[in-house]
Amino acid sequence: MALKLDSKIPAGPLADKWSNHKAAIKVVSPANKRKLDIIVVGTGLGGASAAASLGELGYNVKVFCIQDSPRRAHSIAAQGGINAAKNYQNDNDSVYRLFYDTIKGGDYRSREANVYRLAEVSNLIIDQCVAQGVPFAREYGGLLANRSFGGAQVSRTFYARGQTGQQLLLGAYAALNKEIHNGTVKSYPRHEMLDLVIEQGEARGIIARNLVTGEIERFGAHAVVLATGGYGNVFFLSTNAMASNGSAAFQCYRKGAGFANPCFTQIHPTCIPVHGTQQSKLTLMSESLRNDGRIWVPKNIEDVKALRAGTKKPSDIAEEDRDYYLERRYPAFGNLVPRDVASRAAKERCDAGFGVNETGLAVFLDFKTAIARLGKEVIKQRYGNLFDMYKEITDTDPYEQPMQIFPAVHYTMGGIWVDYNLMTTIPGLYAIGEANFSDHGANRLGASALMQGLADGYFVLPYTIGDYLSHKIQAPKVKTDTVAFDEAEKAVRAKIEKLLSINGNQSVDDIHKRLGHIMWENVGMARTKESLTTAIKLIAELRKEFWKDVKVVGTADSFNVELEKAIRLADFLELGELMARDALNREESCGGHFRTEHQTEDGEADRDDENFVYAAVWEYKGMDNEPELNKEALNFEFVHPAKRNYKD
Amino acid sequence: MNFTLKIWRQKDAKSKGGFQQYKVTDISSDTSFLEMLDILNNSLVHEGKEPVAFDHDCREGICGMCSLHINGHAHGPEQGVTTCQIYMRQFPDNSTITVEPWRSTAFPVIKDLVVNRGAYDQILQAGGYVSVRTNSVPDGNAIPIPKADADESMDAAACVGCGACAATCKNGSAMLFVAARVSSLAKLPQGRVEGIRRAKAMVAKMDELGFGNCTNTGACAAECPKKISIAHIARLNREFLSAKLKD
Repeated sequence: MALKLDSKIPAGPLADKWSNHKAAIKVVSPANKRKLDIIVVGTGLGGASAAASLGELGYNVKVFCIQDSPRRAHSIAAQGGINAAKNYQNDNDSVYRLFYDTIKGGDYRSREANVYRLAEVSNLIIDQCVAQGVPFAREYGGLLANRSFGGAQVSRTFYARGQTGQQLLLGAYAALNKEIHNGTVKSYPRHEMLDLVIEQGEARGIIARNLVTGEIERFGAHAVVLATGGYGNVFFLSTNAMASNGSAAFQCYRKGAGFANPCFTQIHPTCIPVHGTQQSKLTLMSESLRNDGRIWVPKNIEDVKALRAGTKKPSDIAEEDRDYYLERRYPAFGNLVPRDVASRAAKERCDAGFGVNETGLAVFLDFKTAIARLGKEVIKQRYGNLFDMYKEITDTDPYEQPMQIFPAVHYTMGGIWVDYNLMTTIPGLYAIGEANFSDHGANRLGASALMQGLADGYFVLPYTIGDYLSHKIQAPKVKTDTVAFDEAEKAVRAKIEKLLSINGNQSVDDIHKRLGHIMWENVGMARTKESLTTAIKLIAELRKEFWKDVKVVGTADSFNVELEKAIRLADFLELGELMARDALNREESCGGHFRTEHQTEDGEADRDDENFVYAAVWEYKGMDNEPELNKEALNFEFVHPAKRNYKD
Repeated sequence: MNFTLKIWRQKDAKSKGGFQQYKVTDISSDTSFLEMLDILNNSLVHEGKEPVAFDHDCREGICGMCSLHINGHAHGPEQGVTTCQIYMRQFPDNSTITVEPWRSTAFPVIKDLVVNRGAYDQILQAGGYVSVRTNSVPDGNAIPIPKADADESMDAAACVGCGACAATCKNGSAMLFVAARVSSLAKLPQGRVEGIRRAKAMVAKMDELGFGNCTNTGACAAECPKKISIAHIARLNREFLSAKLKD
């Protein structure tokens, strides 16, 4: 059965769509809201803002997170900022310009109507956060400050030092606390959603595991909101937090929700390189460093060898022996090319043998020229905290020697398919923030993830969910002693029992590292038909190995981190294959998805607007069966897809 | 590098815990402290033993999840960092390292090195917010705020809620945590409206949850991974006193 993909995009001029839609959809009266239950899974920017706003409206909200407190969701780690079309700088910014930059940045693989709405509500987000007491950076006149970010020619990024995500999340968490205090929201920390319960084709609740006691618990509701973030940890090494995972989303996919564009992964160019085989995660260094830093590797392989042997320092290599490869290849944009381009160029040099550290997977980001031009003090003012952080981690002083950087997995643009109301293909199940697919196309611009999470949670979902719930006002409380809940719980228990009973020879991490290696080598920055076919085969084999040979110690009814990780890895072992299948299907290069076969003569991404202007929406057909591809055509009514060029 | 680890193991909240000794060998000096524990845990799993449970998530010093007491210091001997930002090169080769959970009556142990910090959430639920509804707000630039005030508010808002302050305080006081939130909002006009109610409600909740009194020893600020200044406690006291005077 093919998925029914009705995007529900309202008719009319772009700028009127959201207003018209809001006027057309139904609302629920306060007396009826009190009778309706909503489950929100995840407490990052999307989940926390949605749960708080829905609580304010008078719904009964239950909110779940896997951490010990809602405040720890991974949105907290976002550094740079949040975009909004305020035009406070008087630099001719507008809702249209933010919309246009975002759709172009996404390489024309997102929906016009959704992206326009995102830009439209962006200004409300800033107002909301200021009123909550978010200490945004300010100018001496007391007004809000802005800075520039990649992919834009205006200054529209609001920020709170290098901790914007933290401050916005603390704002949303405070709003959530207010509603918990008011009794509209109940919080369930250290709870992990393990299955979605469906009755009569509609989402009715979840099965969750209490991570402290191991109890399997049932929760019923009239609607379920998935705000569980991205799945970058399928690569094992990423900038995501250790526990970030794709399992809740994957359960929904298994139960019939379409999964859109799973192969669209953002690989961020400036991360601290892997230092050995024991590393657990990667650390991002802000994109802003590329404003003054110059990226290079040696021209001569002898110098590379000397660097690796420790007989030469980077500063010993003469100017004429350095290859500033971004400046060489992209004279117009130089070191400020977009993330996908910078990442691929670093990989190209390292593949050619010019990687500058012992693993061969690092390039230099050098501030020598900038320090000579501006002085150490200016550089310190601009990037002092980042330089300190780099030194803390690597024990190298970036004022003296260049930083070493390498690309790392950072964000997933793909996710659960949603319509304009943010509802998935399962009625009553919504997906917001990074968990859905809708706004960033094939590449996300910097400072837009925070914007989307809060747009969905504060200003979109609270309206659109009412349209669905208005049909539920006569529905009784959802009962959890039904066959559907029994079966879902039974399946969860059986899975846990199976995992604990295998008692094989490999730890969960052993297998996760192997999966990460397969993904990075074959489904990473450059993909080929051959590498993707290989990946599909290798992942299927590894998955079989996992179910025969994994060793999960501990018990089901206790605090058991190994079991948590095993449950998540079981899903990553299917999700990785899905990503490879999607990448194999997409015979073009666009944004973060680069197929080596599809490049121009000078090595740039070759997008195919004749055959691939669609969202690829996958439908689950069983663990070892090929999923079915459904297509949502993307209609560009208002902007004309153009080629991206960074050379001249 | 090689290390001997003395780690607190405790089966669950009800069981009595105790130290167990482990050896880790061939650790690269660039390994982070938590990666060293990952290595230990992986070898324990291979031996069929339960790994050491510890809290962690972002591993870049911002989520506030990690919470180890190392060699007698919250987040280890180095100042201004969280546990996940400690590297093995900071310890002498072949040394013995003692690892314990936070020790505070308000943070009961869940398992091994994992504690329940739900009390911090409860304190914030009591009043650590500005009561604005979604969409019921003025334009962001309608409220000019002097840069110095915004900066000071941000200094206090950097708190990651890890619990090191209460775990370090000999009285088990959560004053630095409460002060950081109260002070951050007190520096902004948006937060002033409910200032009195906030300070009273949060302090009352803190007392109710079994946190101790502040005697201004400054140990909390010394161990705070975000270097939150003890001056914020003075501001909290001012807020609290003026609230009480109006009673």
